[in-house]
Amino acid sequence: MEQTIKLQIDHHEVEVPKGTSILDAARGTGIHVPSLCYMNLQDMCISNLPASCRICVVEVEGRRNLAPACATRCEEGMKVRTTTARVMNAQRTVLELILSDHPTDCLVCPKSGNCDLQAMAVRLKIRDIPFKGERSNHVKESSPSIIRDMSKCIYCRRCEMMCNKVQTVGALTAVNRGFGATISPAFGQPLSESECTYCGQCVAVCPVGALTENDQSNRLLDDLANPAKTVIVQTAPAVRAALGEEFDLPAGTAVTGKMVAALREMGFDKVFDTDFAADLTIMEEGSELLDRLTRFLGGDKRVALPILTSCCPAWVNFFEHYFPDILDIPSSARSPQQMFGSIAKSWWARQAGVKREDLVVVSIMPCLAKKYECARDEFKVDGDPDVNYSLTTRELASLIKRYNIDFNALPDADFDNPMGESTGAGVIFGTSGGVMEAALRTAYELHTGKTLENVNFESVRGMKGIKKATVDLGGFELKIGIAHGLGNARTLLEEIREKRSEYHAIEIMACPGGCIGGGGQPLHHGDSARLKARSNALYAEDAGKKSRKSHENPYIIHLYEEFLGKPIGEKAHHLLHTSYFNKSKEIIEQ
Amino acid sequence: MTTITLSKCTIDSLIEICAKHGNQTGELINILHEAQGQLGYLPREVQEVIAKQLNIPVSRVYGVVTFYSFFTMTPKGKHPISVCMGTACYVRGSEKVLDEFKRRLNVNVGDVTPDGRFSLGSLRCVGACGLAPVALVGDKVYGRVTVADVDKILKEYDDKE
Amino acid sequence: MSYKMHVLVCGGTGCRASNSLGIIAKLEEALKENNLAGEVQVIATGCFGFCEQGPIVKIMPDNTFYTRVTPNDAAEIVKEHIIKGRKVERLLYKDPKQQASVSDSRHMGFYQKQLRVALRNCGFIDPENIEEYISRDGYAALAKCVSEMTPQEVVNEIKLSGLRGRGGGGFPTGLKWEFASKYQSDQKYVVCNADEGDPGAFMDRSIMEGDPHSVIEAMAICGYSIGASKGLVYIRAEYPLAIQRLKIALQQAREYGLLGEGILGSDFSFSIELRYGAGAFVCGEETALIHSMEGARGEPTMKPPFPAEAGYLNRPTNVNNVETLANIPVIITKGANWFNKIGTERSKGTKVFALAGKINNVGLIEVPMGTTLREVIYEIGGGIKHGKRFKAVQTGGPSGGCLTEKHLDVPIDFDNLLASGSMMGSGGMIVMDEDDCMVAVAKFYLDFTVEESCGKCTPCRVGNKRLYEILDKISRGNGEMEDIDRLRNLGKVIKDTALCGLGQTSPNPVLSTLDNFLDEYLVHINARKCPAGRCKELLSYVIDPQLCIGCTLCMRTCPTEAIIGERKVPHTIDTDKCIKCGTCVEKCKFKAISVR
Repeated sequence: MEQTIKLQIDHHEVEVPKGTSILDAARGTGIHVPSLCYMNLQDMCISNLPASCRICVVEVEGRRNLAPACATRCEEGMKVRTTTARVMNAQRTVLELILSDHPTDCLVCPKSGNCDLQAMAVRLKIRDIPFKGERSNHVKESSPSIIRDMSKCIYCRRCEMMCNKVQTVGALTAVNRGFGATISPAFGQPLSESECTYCGQCVAVCPVGALTENDQSNRLLDDLANPAKTVIVQTAPAVRAALGEEFDLPAGTAVTGKMVAALREMGFDKVFDTDFAADLTIMEEGSELLDRLTRFLGGDKRVALPILTSCCPAWVNFFEHYFPDILDIPSSARSPQQMFGSIAKSWWARQAGVKREDLVVVSIMPCLAKKYECARDEFKVDGDPDVNYSLTTRELASLIKRYNIDFNALPDADFDNPMGESTGAGVIFGTSGGVMEAALRTAYELHTGKTLENVNFESVRGMKGIKKATVDLGGFELKIGIAHGLGNARTLLEEIREKRSEYHAIEIMACPGGCIGGGGQPLHHGDSARLKARSNALYAEDAGKKSRKSHENPYIIHLYEEFLGKPIGEKAHHLLHTSYFNKSKEIIEQ
Repeated sequence: MTTITLSKCTIDSLIEICAKHGNQTGELINILHEAQGQLGYLPREVQEVIAKQLNIPVSRVYGVVTFYSFFTMTPKGKHPISVCMGTACYVRGSEKVLDEFKRRLNVNVGDVTPDGRFSLGSLRCVGACGLAPVALVGDKVYGRVTVADVDKILKEYDDKE
Repeated sequence: MSYKMHVLVCGGTGCRASNSLGIIAKLEEALKENNLAGEVQVIATGCFGFCEQGPIVKIMPDNTFYTRVTPNDAAEIVKEHIIKGRKVERLLYKDPKQQASVSDSRHMGFYQKQLRVALRNCGFIDPENIEEYISRDGYAALAKCVSEMTPQEVVNEIKLSGLRGRGGGGFPTGLKWEFASKYQSDQKYVVCNADEGDPGAFMDRSIMEGDPHSVIEAMAICGYSIGASKGLVYIRAEYPLAIQRLKIALQQAREYGLLGEGILGSDFSFSIELRYGAGAFVCGEETALIHSMEGARGEPTMKPPFPAEAGYLNRPTNVNNVETLANIPVIITKGANWFNKIGTERSKGTKVFALAGKINNVGLIEVPMGTTLREVIYEIGGGIKHGKRFKAVQTGGPSGGCLTEKHLDVPIDFDNLLASGSMMGSGGMIVMDEDDCMVAVAKFYLDFTVEESCGKCTPCRVGNKRLYEILDKISRGNGEMEDIDRLRNLGKVIKDTALCGLGQTSPNPVLSTLDNFLDEYLVHINARKCPAGRCKELLSYVIDPQLCIGCTLCMRTCPTEAIIGERKVPHTIDTDKCIKCGTCVEKCKFKAISVR
């Protein structure tokens, strides 16, 4: 039986399990002690507990100094006071100190209205900052995906924790000490010269405006206003499961129809769906899997197995930096975003009679790495990118507001055809395990020639960091692994490198939870229930779809018949596949 | 692929230092001490090699190097000058001595003169409090230094190349 | 071979800086010339403590104490003292009060009030020779522990002794050992914190330089009592001599079977490795120290978990500082009941202080707990330099506070110092006179804290910076009355909210000077003056034409040529050029230059 502890918090008698922090005990009782650096994504086993901001201090009877509620365990008979004059003075003074080293340009800050520090200043009713003095001065730096403005950093260490402990990327570190301490890539270099994968998890957890996305909204406004341009848009599966949060809808409300309607209102010429390209990805990746398996079972020992999914651009960056020795393992299939761009600027453009140079392909993504991905040289034709640029869910939400659209009052609308049609398989790409589940639905039928009756592969769903399952592929036991979060991915990758991997196929998503937890999504503010709700929304949409297997998408079938030929055929290879590069550092003797 | 270039003998000696410490991350500070002992400072390239040997992100190495005041990324002058700013020396006027060195050399603490001959630093207590205020040039200790002595001390190194 | 005479020459860092090694070479040369090399042994010892008068040469067995010796004196010492038996009068210590030479160290005021427990061997033995340590009961305590005592009995003995940590906090050492002994683990660690960071305290270094085996022996005893087989010494890289002597001592201890497998025939095994600090004061905090030993940034983390539960490599770890450890072997050999008779009720034993600043006898001293500041400053320290007026004594370094005249008769112990608004700290004791400005002193310590803060928590990272900035503003004559309240409130909040001991104590220098020297702050703020003449921005140097005879001495020594004038005509100071370095004031023989 779990041991419990009785204590008193502000005149409430509280009983909590042993090991509970004062902060959790207080909040469980309805006493919302303020906190800033602390973050706990329970379902993902991700927590940030440096106990360093000192906003959450409380008075504990018999203790010499104040205790940080986040990092102080409850003890039997403890008497805690959260609102004494001493506590409130300390909280206010500590916040004033933070603000004394923070620009007060809230009105023009990209985080305004969504900033934890701003909210705290409102809550503690700060009206003046009594401390004048030196302010940290750091040069603002931008990469294709992320803008770093460290003069706004409050040194909560969340980004550092994400980058190192969760993602094991190690691009960001705490540097210097004392007042000069900050978070930075090594040698103060720009992120673009570091190992950064642009997964954006640092941005997803930053409580202030120090880390934000490289915003492309204004570029879109110009393009939409330009009559010479045909502007089309694709929306990633995870966007529809989270966009509603920006309009105060409960987490997990799927807003697909309203989103389409809003995009049409904004003036896009066509509103298409990345899910269409997700179905296409399954055709290519699934075929590649079956091809490698067939050759392997035929006795070809040179076949690179396990095959790894390659839809996640941050994940691609990760293995290019850290696993350049096994670049032949991942599927060569491009991500859905890039498959869409490639097909849109070839097949669709020809069909629609639009010249490539007049066509602007925009993507709405839950992701920051997608911004970088569409700028990669491999995805350009004569310098023109297949996808011109990518916007995040957050950027879309703010644009909808700027276009005077009453989002919640919009009627549902449908995507345009042909590239708006998708199956349930494409929808679940947005959550961890979804790509693998979609691939299994198709691979099973292609491999066995039989109809798959139950399309739900429950074993690959859920928030566990590494999931494994064995699937009977008509007598062949296919072993699959799924990892979300790059730290988990690293674990599986190291097994492969050391030749002790048991898997035939592995799905990897860089962000915890998959794309629903992407760096471009509405901020979760430490609430992991939001991520679960988003995931459930996608599974619900999948369940409601007419067709749930990618190879049954009529427009995909048509696309192959009319244009591409066979999956992993020559044309498909040219338009839908890519190759990877060694981005690691090499030491050269002089 | 990003390339880092460094002379072969430096690379070899760094690899040897790391290997001596079992390429263990826990030994990072000892490794940095030895590397700085051999090379005089820890430029970026050196940190990259150490990171690679220990199989850790170079940011980790850089984070450590910038935390500890003993480690430096810039080479010191030929004659490194350190003025003790421990409390005992401070109350006996070491701040004025330091100011005079700054003025004479026209550099700030932590800088090297343009000709590379002197670098100026401050340190906290060399434990010769009986001699306060104390200044060091290289390993040589100067005790009971006054502002007027600064000129004499610097002149000692005039002819030393 | 037995020698009839020993010449002990201080080989500590301070005396080495004034060429004590040169003295040794010359002494040996002279002995050889006189064919005495076989009869008289020259030994480089650890610090004698009387650094003000270094380099020190002591002749045994008669305890003759020569001060400020130079290599050129060596021949005379050999010829006169050793051969003819006549003391070299001019090198003897002269008592400043009686103006008479003191023939031997037992009659020197500096040593009379001292009781050397932790420093018992410093200045007596050759630290590079384990035999000398053994001959003074060295390793007897370890032998007693492993052969006659159970680990629990060792813990009990230390508990009974009442020994409290000498590194700063004053936590009962026996209790700490007990915690570490209670946790089960495949491996435990004993860590010696030798990262002495307090600027102006050097007792730990002196112990390691002068008596390294006492630390090694104590670590092994601790290992035995808590069940650890591994020890680590975390030592400042800036202490090359201490590192060298420790390495030699470790090697010798291994050779003698006092470290390694099956120590002294028991089944207890213990080994010690060195880890180097790299210049971070915060690493004196034990969690920060542990992170540093793991090769990471030395940032403290919240306790609990305490190191006793999860320390180095997440294993139970006991961290003690050097001076604490140096007390252990004597406690075991002489017994807890011997030790706990020394000192006050709640602070047992002695404490080593690094006495420095405006005091005649700068040096390292060790006194029983309960000795008053007055005894330390006036009897051991020989009073204030140049007959100036005592103003304050700062104890506890950057974590401590400034005590005044009214505290002089307070018996020194952990609790009394805390109650007086300062703290024991690691034992820095800086004496200040009427020329020291208390605002400047507070600013000096805050400058240190700002530089040494790891930056992790807000109160320390930003709060101390703001404290410093307010002090700086006041010292430049730009202070406002509100700044006093601001300093007080901010200081209080930092103490109340900072994460580790560094931050929790960093406002002490400000708060204690505000309590004891508020007037001085007010003069800076209201009159824009620095009464002590230290705050440069508030000073101007003026030559009194009545007193100046035009000797040109000040003109010639002024580093900026700010003094103008003709020979035999009163000079004047060009205030634009003047850098307020004070050289002219020191040089002027006619007291014609004043600071306003």
